[in-house]
Amino acid sequence: MAQTLFDKVWDMHTVATLDSGQDQLFIGLHLIHEVTSPQAFQMLRERGLSILYPERTFATVDHIVPTDSQARPFKDALAEEMMQAIEDNTREMGVKFFGLDSDSQGIVHVIGPELGLTQPGMTIACGDSHTSTHGAFGAIAFGIGTSQIRDVLASQTLAMSRPKVRRITIDGALNAGVYSKDIILRIIAELGVNGGIGYAYEFAGSAIEALEMEARMSICNMSIEGGARVGYINPDDTTFEYLRGRPYAPKNFDDAVRVWRGIASDAGAEVADHVALDAGSIEPMVTWGINPGHAVGVSGEMPRVADLSEDEQEGARLAYQHMGLGEGDPIRGTSIDVAFIGSCTNSRISDLREAAKVVRGHRVAPGVRALVVPGSKQVLRQAVDEGLDQVFRDAGFEWRDAGCSMCLAMNPDKLEGRERCASSSNRNFIGRQGSPTGRTLLMSPAMVAAAALKGEVADVREMTS
Amino acid sequence: MSKAIQKITGTGVPVRGNDIDTDRVIPARFMKCITFEGLGQYAFYDVRFEADGSLKDHPFNDERYAGASILIVNKNFGCGSSREHAPQALQKFGVSAVVGESFAEIFSGNCTVMGIPAVTADAEAIESIMAAVESDPRGEITIDLDAQAVTVGRSRIATSMPSPQRLALLNGTWDSTSVLLENRALIEATARAIPYPNNFA
Ligand code: SF4
Repeated sequence: MAQTLFDKVWDMHTVATLDSGQDQLFIGLHLIHEVTSPQAFQMLRERGLSILYPERTFATVDHIVPTDSQARPFKDALAEEMMQAIEDNTREMGVKFFGLDSDSQGIVHVIGPELGLTQPGMTIACGDSHTSTHGAFGAIAFGIGTSQIRDVLASQTLAMSRPKVRRITIDGALNAGVYSKDIILRIIAELGVNGGIGYAYEFAGSAIEALEMEARMSICNMSIEGGARVGYINPDDTTFEYLRGRPYAPKNFDDAVRVWRGIASDAGAEVADHVALDAGSIEPMVTWGINPGHAVGVSGEMPRVADLSEDEQEGARLAYQHMGLGEGDPIRGTSIDVAFIGSCTNSRISDLREAAKVVRGHRVAPGVRALVVPGSKQVLRQAVDEGLDQVFRDAGFEWRDAGCSMCLAMNPDKLEGRERCASSSNRNFIGRQGSPTGRTLLMSPAMVAAAALKGEVADVREMTS
Repeated sequence: MSKAIQKITGTGVPVRGNDIDTDRVIPARFMKCITFEGLGQYAFYDVRFEADGSLKDHPFNDERYAGASILIVNKNFGCGSSREHAPQALQKFGVSAVVGESFAEIFSGNCTVMGIPAVTADAEAIESIMAAVESDPRGEITIDLDAQAVTVGRSRIATSMPSPQRLALLNGTWDSTSVLLENRALIEATARAIPYPNNFA
């Protein structure tokens, strides 16, 4: 019978069906970072357990690392304590750690693919909801909590309920100035922030197949923002060529490719639900509210509360109150104070290239604080080799070291007071960027660049011609 | 093996609103810690406290709900970040069960492995529970996982919960590590049968 990639990979990794009815799933790749793992190591120690397959776990630091100076000890004593905890835990337990002294350090969802750790057909877990990013390679990848990190460390398995599959087909060609970030923001706006609960999203169609790997990652990254814990794309030649030659890619690469081709969804595989969207109808998207589903096309108006479904009205009212924006007003022209290019959604080299194209030869608008935070040390080096750091600096952007930075502001990079930020990250929740009253507008990196230059939300399509 | 959880009784606290994300349950800056101890004081921090530390209007600050152990919420509660710090903060604050219209998946999964039942009921039922608690905050609420019902005063409301989570709580297998490790031989057999751990040989 024709099967989806999801079913093939899930079945292959099923160890047993538990009494509860959940499946016990073998986890092929486990990634950890400093924020959600220390308590899991503590639980292991309390129970006298060790790591069953230490070679299947990899660690890095990203959330708390300062991006201006990474000199140790960190000025923030709590951050320093967390840093030491992950250093000690990985050393004692025999886990490979890409720390600040490694030239592979970076945001966990950036370095996994970059190092070739992320591969098609794997199950991948990490104590971070954006683990769905790795699904871009045709892996089943999902975020877990700290007690589940303990389970993976102890048993290399998890107790999981099998979701259904919803295929989202995007056919046609994207217009100039429209990126994969816009595709996923549009999908979430249409299906809702909880529309994906209980589903794994399979992204398919000619527009998806035409995307490079980095763009595919941005889409899968945000499936969780639509409620789907898993998002994936069937692997193809683009996937294999991306992986070829990476440090942790399989040595017998051709054998691997043969297996990987076999795990893609079969033609005619049935799915529980199917949604289709025309790529040509997608505009650059901007969020106006307090969840990623509160998004409109840049040429559009923010919705009137009364026009929304009853379910959405209360959230929208709270959103307008928090954001200080007017219902029915155009989103374009909304002033901004800060521009942030970074995060596991959009901090890869292709993101920086697209933003640099917009920025080159221009200046950041007076009064706007703008920063670029590469997703990893490798991205940083590549950008410097291409001279992109200079393009950004010349325009008045701050150029930083790798980390999560202002995506969630656990390091010193934060919004102040009610500042409004054009951000290439993935969450516009109240308080997300470090100030309880701060305000976030999500958009593609090119759109953030355009906003930085104009000092307000602008249509990048009019700035790159 | 963890303890079997069949019934939870206590008073309630309603926190109204859809799509309450885990950043709101516990802001990221309070996650700079290497243990979960002490997180209770930060539950809902930014919606409970002004910048100067004075109290905002929030059910968790309301004396009438002091000592409540059953949290009542609306739709898609716990969306966003996978941080277990969110249910940990709630638990340390005193919450031992959550009743809502729906939950984000990672959140309800995190609750289950911590032994916190997260049960759902339809919108109308949730509204009636919230209204009952608001009018009588000292009234007792009982969540019965076996009977799949919540009792509030004299009314009994049907609830549901994904069967695996319910069984894990009822059987006392919600603390999953030991259950998973029982299948060690099968784990090893599976690892041997998957292509990539064996270099695609
Ligand atoms: S960049 Fe943001 S969303 Fe991504 S892992 Fe870091 S904090 Fe999480």
